[in-house]
Amino acid sequence: MRNSRALEIAVGVFVALAVAAFLLLALQVSDLSSLGQTDGYTVSARFSNVGGLKVRSPVTMAGVRIGRVSAIRFDESAFEGVVEMRIDPRYTQLPADTSASILTSGLLGEQYVGLEPGGSLDSLEAGSQIEFTQSAFVLEKIIGQFLFSKASEGAE
Amino acid sequence: MINPLQMLGQRALDSLARLGRSALFSVRVAASVGPALMRPGLILSQIYSVGVLSLPIIVVAGLFVGMVLGLQGYTTLVDFGAEESLGSAVALTLVRELGPVVTGLLYAGRAGSALTAEIGLMKATEQLSGMEMMAVDPHRRVMAPRFLAGWLAMPLLACIFTAVGILGGYFIGVGLLGVDDGAFWSQMQASVDLREDVINGVLVKSIAFGLVANVIAIFEGNDAVPTSEGVSRATTRSVVNTSLAILGLDFVLTALMFGDL
Repeated sequence: MRNSRALEIAVGVFVALAVAAFLLLALQVSDLSSLGQTDGYTVSARFSNVGGLKVRSPVTMAGVRIGRVSAIRFDESAFEGVVEMRIDPRYTQLPADTSASILTSGLLGEQYVGLEPGGSLDSLEAGSQIEFTQSAFVLEKIIGQFLFSKASEGAE
Repeated sequence: MINPLQMLGQRALDSLARLGRSALFSVRVAASVGPALMRPGLILSQIYSVGVLSLPIIVVAGLFVGMVLGLQGYTTLVDFGAEESLGSAVALTLVRELGPVVTGLLYAGRAGSALTAEIGLMKATEQLSGMEMMAVDPHRRVMAPRFLAGWLAMPLLACIFTAVGILGGYFIGVGLLGVDDGAFWSQMQASVDLREDVINGVLVKSIAFGLVANVIAIFEGNDAVPTSEGVSRATTRSVVNTSLAILGLDFVLTALMFGDL
């Protein structure tokens, strides 16, 4: 048996480890987390449908991740979804007329925001809003439109 | 014709008597819990031997279980282009089932067997009788501190196992196989609920398993035939019974928590 001081320290470390593990489970694994990157600048975009986009989903340009979705909220005056994206501070030269669309990786994969650069010489700054947006691809709507157009073709 | 019947009856009566003895023993230990709390030093040294000394096996096992889950989950999910869901798959598996259950099984092997052997040997070498001769109640001095320490250590070990396992899955999934970091955590956070999964899964299950595992381990030690063979049998029985009890109890708890029974 060790002396009691070493033993108490060992037990203290054990309990502290367990508390840290539980905090990890509570904050990082379950949905209590609000920890995110705090550097970078935020731009927003309005979509008529954000689909299955989630906070912390990737924001990409040319397939490379350049930021993350930091918040998604609903604007009741325009009935649109407002997506706020935190862009990595390394990328400061994104054109002001960049367009944003909500895309899906693979057929069943996660949804992400894809940015397409425009031709403007001005750059996006903190707080600016992306004007050109394309909403999420909703499979049911597309199938519905397809069936409808097929049916009207048949009627002609 | 009669002899097999007699053996069957004898075994049934034996089992019944053991069940009765274990119930009486549990009541006596439970009654000694209050006085045992007055001696935190005893509990502390037992937490050291069942908890702190179990840490290496718990951490290593958790890491490998998490890494295997990461690998297996990835190879299955990548066929559907859904490898982003790896985080939620690993986390839900560990938090709901594997965390508390594997911790319980490892605890039975690492700490439960040691408890049984220690108490069995104390009985075989007549230390327990010696305590009674000196008017020291072995239930208060030996059993209750061990029971309390084990019961306390189990949820702590389960939390550590689960957290290390998820980190193991993260190393494999994000570090090695290239799953997106943010999608890994965000999918996990979207599907794991603190009350439903973490509290219910890890904590409630491991508290229940800790109760059962320690009662069985201490009872088997106390009930051992006081010979070297008896102690070895008691140790085996302790590990086997604890494992079966944990797996059975896990099914009942899962059905109550997550099933719509």
